Amino acid sequence: MITEFGHFALILAFIVAIVQMIVPLIGAHKRWPAWMAVAEPAASAQFFLTAFSFGALMYAFIVSDFSLRLVTLNSHSAKPMLYKISGTWGNHEGSMLLWVLIVTLFGAMAAWFGGNLPPTLRARVLAVQSAIGVAFFAFILFTSNPFLRLAVPPFDGQDLNPLLQDPGLAFHPPFLYLGYVGLSMAFSFAVGALIEGRVDAAWGRWVRPWTLAAWVFLTIGIALGSWWAYYELGWGGFWFWDPVENASFMPWLLAAALLHSAIVVEKREALKSWTILLAILAFGFSLIGTFIVRSGLLTSVHAFANDPERGVFILMIMAFFMGGALMLFAFRAGTMEAKGVFSVVSRESALVANNLLLAVSCFVVFVGTMWPLVAEMFFDRKLSVGPPFFNMAFSPFMLVLGLILPIGSAMPWKRARILRAMQPLRYVFLLALAIGGLAFAMQTGRSLLGPIGMFLAAWIVMGTIVDLAQRTGRGSGRLARLTRLPRADWGKMVAHSGLGITMMGVSGLMAWQQEDIRVAQFDEPFEVAGYTLTLNDVVTSQGPNFISTTGYITLAEDGRQIAELRPEKRIYPVAQMPTTEAAIDYDLARDVYVVIGDEQVGGGWAVRTYIKPFTNWIWIGSGLMALGGLLSLSDRRFRVAAGARKAVPVPAE
Amino acid sequence: MIRLILILVMLASPLWALSPDEMLDDPGLEARSRALDHALRCVVCQSESVASSNANWAEDARRTVRELVAGGATDDDVLDFFVARYGEFVLMSPRVNGSNWLLWAAGPLMLLLAMGVGYGYLRGRSKTAAPQEEALSDAEAARLREILKE
Repeated sequence: MITEFGHFALILAFIVAIVQMIVPLIGAHKRWPAWMAVAEPAASAQFFLTAFSFGALMYAFIVSDFSLRLVTLNSHSAKPMLYKISGTWGNHEGSMLLWVLIVTLFGAMAAWFGGNLPPTLRARVLAVQSAIGVAFFAFILFTSNPFLRLAVPPFDGQDLNPLLQDPGLAFHPPFLYLGYVGLSMAFSFAVGALIEGRVDAAWGRWVRPWTLAAWVFLTIGIALGSWWAYYELGWGGFWFWDPVENASFMPWLLAAALLHSAIVVEKREALKSWTILLAILAFGFSLIGTFIVRSGLLTSVHAFANDPERGVFILMIMAFFMGGALMLFAFRAGTMEAKGVFSVVSRESALVANNLLLAVSCFVVFVGTMWPLVAEMFFDRKLSVGPPFFNMAFSPFMLVLGLILPIGSAMPWKRARILRAMQPLRYVFLLALAIGGLAFAMQTGRSLLGPIGMFLAAWIVMGTIVDLAQRTGRGSGRLARLTRLPRADWGKMVAHSGLGITMMGVSGLMAWQQEDIRVAQFDEPFEVAGYTLTLNDVVTSQGPNFISTTGYITLAEDGRQIAELRPEKRIYPVAQMPTTEAAIDYDLARDVYVVIGDEQVGGGWAVRTYIKPFTNWIWIGSGLMALGGLLSLSDRRFRVAAGARKAVPVPAE
Repeated sequence: MIRLILILVMLASPLWALSPDEMLDDPGLEARSRALDHALRCVVCQSESVASSNANWAEDARRTVRELVAGGATDDDVLDFFVARYGEFVLMSPRVNGSNWLLWAAGPLMLLLAMGVGYGYLRGRSKTAAPQEEALSDAEAARLREILKE
């Protein structure tokens, strides 16, 4: 019965969304306050109805109601509770329901916290947000209904894909969706402002927290996914340039660009039309991401749930929103006049450069992702574009971005001198060069990747610290002033250092990883890069819904035991799938990563060992980036000053 | 227990990529072979290299790579060997020839274009006459008077 209520609530939410899409828009156009006011309760109602519907589906998963088709296909009574819950979104239908739940959540948040927006803008933003909801409600109800019943329920389900039965992956999709869908808010604000015909500093200030929140969630979601790939897939890669990963990375790059260009709109009232375009494109790439994941258009390791028919529906949604928004943009962009004047060398220009680099690097990822399709359609070549291409074509942009970051953020607004901006940074620059040189001298081999990464990381981290110190001015009391700096300054410092630290982790891992593959005999120690590993035992045991083969390995350094490692391989009989559970000895300097393979014919077990330097810094850096975003988000300005401009609405026409 | 063993036998496919018995004894040749593994795509998998895949096809491919390398083939020979049999799709990184120039040049070209447009914009911004303080609209002026009165 609860299932039927959930289904009913979903249909009701669909209808409310249709109302919310139309009525406030007309109200805003005709300036009828009552019609505009419809948006607010409608947004709340939509959210609560969808939340109820989602709760009903989750309930069905928790009690293993196998009369539901979706539960049968994706769950099993022996599955641990956490994965029963996360199984709700570990499949196509459920994840789309989660997607639309988050759309309505953001809509409701805009209604609850948007009290200081001009009423017409708020009505329009909520209407646009609701239009996105309508499209996805229709998508769920007409092509992928999660509430379908089975005429003859089976005794047990077919289990969730075992790769997804992991704590890291249980929370990866919700965060990613919060990020993807968070960008819908920026989109709604952009379209709302285009209809309104007014983009000003206040608009920049309103749209920034939403973008920032979306970017923080995307950062966390991507980091969780990459961490999961690192420990779960069994060969210790953290990023594969897989189409689906790229699909989440492109909106991230554009959201980062949008964050920075919205600052220019807010502070200097310039770059307006570019910012609007970015907001539209960032959400567009979120839709492309959804389309790539759901359609199975491109081959991907993430082929968990796809169906070409559904792809066409999403393609139509995408065409409608992108086409509509871009057309509106083409008509209205001319009316947005930039006001701020600044010289070619200034903070504004540095932010323009940041935007160019981020947008072009996003473009490179996009071309690389789509190229197999283009080559096949137009040049009749069946080919693939893999990590080597992306590493080569994408990294230079990050290199340049890292190089200009500290200088750009040290430059003043309006007019700057490069030499003066460089002055406080010159020692830091030399020190960073020295660190890079040291890395070059210490490494074996001639790869430049490691030293360049170390140099960039040192340069960015120390540069941002110097920048923060500069803000306290001169003379005494600098420490006191440091603590009183706005949180946004701290957020900037933390997020930028996070970027540097992630660069350090990535380049360290890629440049200096060591690999060892061998047959290990019981109690015969072997050496890998200064570490001694001993395979003591291999035990087969039965888990809740899998069979496990666990190796017992001791890890020693200089004759001293430092860890007991338990690499495992599991077989999930119901899903007929094997998975590896690598054993990792985490350390800030390096990870020792051990995977157990098969028993060998001549005795002994295959054991694969990696020494992975600096790996953890990749995720520490990502965490810092997210933390920096949160710090900025908690800045007083966003909480208080957004209400300062309660202007009388100016007619759109 | 019998069921358990049966299942284990059924799923006895190798659980992970390169296994010790596939490896060459010469470390130099083995290192080259591994680099080649990473440059080749497993054609029966979804977006995985021969190096990381567990599929039987990938295992055969790894053995073939090692046979060729041990037989004195250069890296290009090995890649050509695979391209001749499985098409360009087998390469992880597309070769820079023909229409692929577009792919490789797309980034740099776009950057040049963007820099041109960006520079034009910046020049325009800096050349614009200094802005007069923008006049308030009637509504804003009314509001300002109101505030001042308070």
